[in-house]
Amino acid sequence: MTQRPPEDELVVTHEVVEIAVSTRRRTIAGIAIIVTGLICLLAWGLGSKAGDAAFALSDIADKHQIPFVRIPGKAAGVVLGLLIVLLGCWHLARGFSARSMRWVLSAVLLCFVIAFLCWAGTGDPTLQLSIFGLLQGTIFLAVPLILGALAGILCERSGVINVAIEGQLLAGAFAGALAATVAHNAGVGILAAMLAGAVIGALLGVFAIRYAVNQVVLGVVLNLLVLGLTNFGYDALMQKNTEGFNNPTVLAPIKVPLLGDIPLVGPLLFDANIIVYCVYVLIVVVDVALFRTRWGLRTRAVGEHPKAADTVGIKVSRTRYLNVILGGLVAGLGGAYLTIGAVGSFSGNISSGKGFIALAAVIFGRWSPRGAVGAALLFGFADALQTLLSASHTPVTVPSAFLSMLPYLATLFAVAGLVGRVQAPAADGEPYLKG
Amino acid sequence: MKLELRAITKRFGSFTANDAVDLVVEPGEIHGLLGENGAGKTTLMNVLYGLYQPDEGEILIDDVPVTFKGPGHAMSAGIGMVHQHFMLIPVFTVTENVMLGHEQTTPGGFLNRRRAGREVAAISKRYGLEVPPDALVADLPVGVQQRVEILKALSRDARLLVLDEPTAVLTPQETDELITVMRALRDGGTSIVFISHKLREVREVADKITVLRRGAVVGTAEPGASQSELASMMVGRPVQLTVDKEPAQPADVVLQVDGVSVVDPNGVVLVDNVSFAVRGGEIYALAGVQGNGQTELTEALVGLTTPTRGTIAITGRNIGKLSTDEILDIGVGYVPEDRLHDGLVGQFSVAENLVLDHFDRPPYGSRGSLNLRAIADNAAVRVQEFDVRPANGLAGASTLSGGNQQKVVLAREMSRPLKLLIVAQPTRGLDVGSMEFVHRRIVAERDRGTAIVLISTELDEVLGLADRIAVMYRGRIQGEVPVGTPAAQIGMLMAGSTSAEAAAGTTSLSKGAVAAPGAAGVL
Repeated sequence: MTQRPPEDELVVTHEVVEIAVSTRRRTIAGIAIIVTGLICLLAWGLGSKAGDAAFALSDIADKHQIPFVRIPGKAAGVVLGLLIVLLGCWHLARGFSARSMRWVLSAVLLCFVIAFLCWAGTGDPTLQLSIFGLLQGTIFLAVPLILGALAGILCERSGVINVAIEGQLLAGAFAGALAATVAHNAGVGILAAMLAGAVIGALLGVFAIRYAVNQVVLGVVLNLLVLGLTNFGYDALMQKNTEGFNNPTVLAPIKVPLLGDIPLVGPLLFDANIIVYCVYVLIVVVDVALFRTRWGLRTRAVGEHPKAADTVGIKVSRTRYLNVILGGLVAGLGGAYLTIGAVGSFSGNISSGKGFIALAAVIFGRWSPRGAVGAALLFGFADALQTLLSASHTPVTVPSAFLSMLPYLATLFAVAGLVGRVQAPAADGEPYLKG
Repeated sequence: MKLELRAITKRFGSFTANDAVDLVVEPGEIHGLLGENGAGKTTLMNVLYGLYQPDEGEILIDDVPVTFKGPGHAMSAGIGMVHQHFMLIPVFTVTENVMLGHEQTTPGGFLNRRRAGREVAAISKRYGLEVPPDALVADLPVGVQQRVEILKALSRDARLLVLDEPTAVLTPQETDELITVMRALRDGGTSIVFISHKLREVREVADKITVLRRGAVVGTAEPGASQSELASMMVGRPVQLTVDKEPAQPADVVLQVDGVSVVDPNGVVLVDNVSFAVRGGEIYALAGVQGNGQTELTEALVGLTTPTRGTIAITGRNIGKLSTDEILDIGVGYVPEDRLHDGLVGQFSVAENLVLDHFDRPPYGSRGSLNLRAIADNAAVRVQEFDVRPANGLAGASTLSGGNQQKVVLAREMSRPLKLLIVAQPTRGLDVGSMEFVHRRIVAERDRGTAIVLISTELDEVLGLADRIAVMYRGRIQGEVPVGTPAAQIGMLMAGSTSAEAAAGTTSLSKGAVAAPGAAGVL
């Protein structure tokens, strides 16, 4: 210890004993992976009927048709299952590092899903599973989740827990549909939706920041309030006069020149409506702003240690209000997507729990915009898969109620099992009271 | 800069925290502000820093009256404050913490981290405050975190620096370094207000001393004043600063710890292969800077944590499979380091707190009901014996002062026949008077033949009480030394030197870090 470099003396390094301690965890994880692999091998592989599964990679209406991809179901299940088992054995024997574990788990999940799709697609020669449809559905379903999650991140990074994302989405959806119909202009609808989200955000802010109300309870109450209000508005206005109040102009897709012509990617990502392009921009803006600007540094400081921020002259409450309202604007946009960006009309409780899944995405993504987007895409995929399965004739019919549980199950497992040690902003949910 | 506080009064409801306090700090002066906990030192400084508004009185800077609406105002007037609890964001880097609040941006609106980093390096070089600019604050030892706090103030051109109990969290070596830095700052023209209740440090570094008691100035003193003189000014009566005790009469081994390790779920080793034995009738002290595994080791001893490896035996009985309740039944007393959090139930009365660990057995309770009379009688006796004030068993525990809360905990733990008493930070946050009492009781318990494990970060306390001293560093026992070992040598063990290095008076730490001369007697 006499010959240590000088930096070493300034930094406390706790020794991490990988082998001794994590053995039990590693064993459990390894066995879980092997079991997953065996299920894959036995059920999707050996349980598969003879024949190939056909996958469509382009939309039927597309100019550039990509030929069907055919994969023998049995072989795919066996090979992918063995691959998962191998990964599990390796983890048992040698152990992956915490960093690579994330990739390993993603690979396991991917193999499992592909094998499952192959199993579901074999047996009926006339059946083609549309991978394009699956991916398109993923993005379609992930957009409101991403916006909701970004709203959550904006709030929670400044130290206010936002359980009211659901309410903000719903308020945005309602206001968007109403305003776009009345003004005959989708742009006005978008603005109204964002405003509605911001109003809920402002309410959250006043009660959470000024009156220091328990933020989880507050969020739940706000959700119920919005649900009641929109249901009332829907019954009193929209049901009675659909033409006058619930017939918004739907946003038209805009195709980006050149990028939109790339096979598979083009129709998926660059032939969408304005809100989707807003999402692309927002993801980058929030990520960069949070970690590279003055606003971001101050926001995170307020969320971690408000008193420290106060002592260097940062206005804690003002920062929090700003962020909560910004979050409301973003979530409101997500609400607009539900009505004027997609189905073209409002119906009661149209958000149907998406706000809560967005909240799960915030946690699963560890309060970082990138992570949350990944989580939102995963949940969106689970939802799209469920839609695909309930629409196609799989070898074994699963009741649709179970299938529609899939996204929520995925959420539950993701949040409970895969997140590990969660590092929320240290002052998340704690009101800052001076003196 | 010259600072003058005139007749500052600050009230919280009916409680007067500062009562017409006058204070003058001359330019380039280190002004010691001495007082017990609760004397109003921190309140006064928070008034100065704009965190509180005074009810009466005025603040003058260079003879001009000023009012501060918030810390931002105070900072722009050139006042910098290093809080007792650091105002640093653990997940930020040193540079980010320093730049926070006065960030510079590039023309594109992005943070200019490179420029801020250069500034941090420049200031740290100018004042000899060595910090790693890109390290996360959470990864730094407290001594370095404190330097970051000082840097924060200096980077805002502070001309008057308030240091609130800066040495409470430091090793003796780090304290020496801090004193060097303070002197360098003073010589550069910065005025410093040094708040402390440690007499020795104040006498060592201050040019002038003001003593506060119960919110009011009781007098000023020169650094030449004797310790007992200052102590009696602080407390208001003569106090005995040293502990009287006879040599220990060690009996049989009561506590035997063999190769105990505690590892947290993330694989971080908190306690690393610790072995020791404690005999009845002796006080075994575990010294060390906070956060070096003492807390976890203590929890393992009373069964709150299960050791990952190793065995603990009390009176020859392996406690590995026993619950905390069963361990206490063997005759183990436990005074936790955080008395309000772990030692007492704040909402409960003193009487209820006095039977927390044996309410379920006679005479206090049986067959599912409590014997309230027995509990009240017990409270009356204990309150008398331990001089708890107010002497009222029905008072809520959280309404008591820290010293009296600690007496309640001690009274509960010592009300059973003990074989082993574990006391963690027994005098943290206590005033000099209560400290005296607690120390006397611990020694008395030892003389009854109980084995005592004392966990303390206060070197004075360890030196005054212990019969044998072990120093913990990064979860290990860095060395075991007999009583009478010089404080400086123990201090070096606390900073991670090996026993041999400490004994030889050399340290690997003096390289790279600010020079830490092994001056004896400097605490």
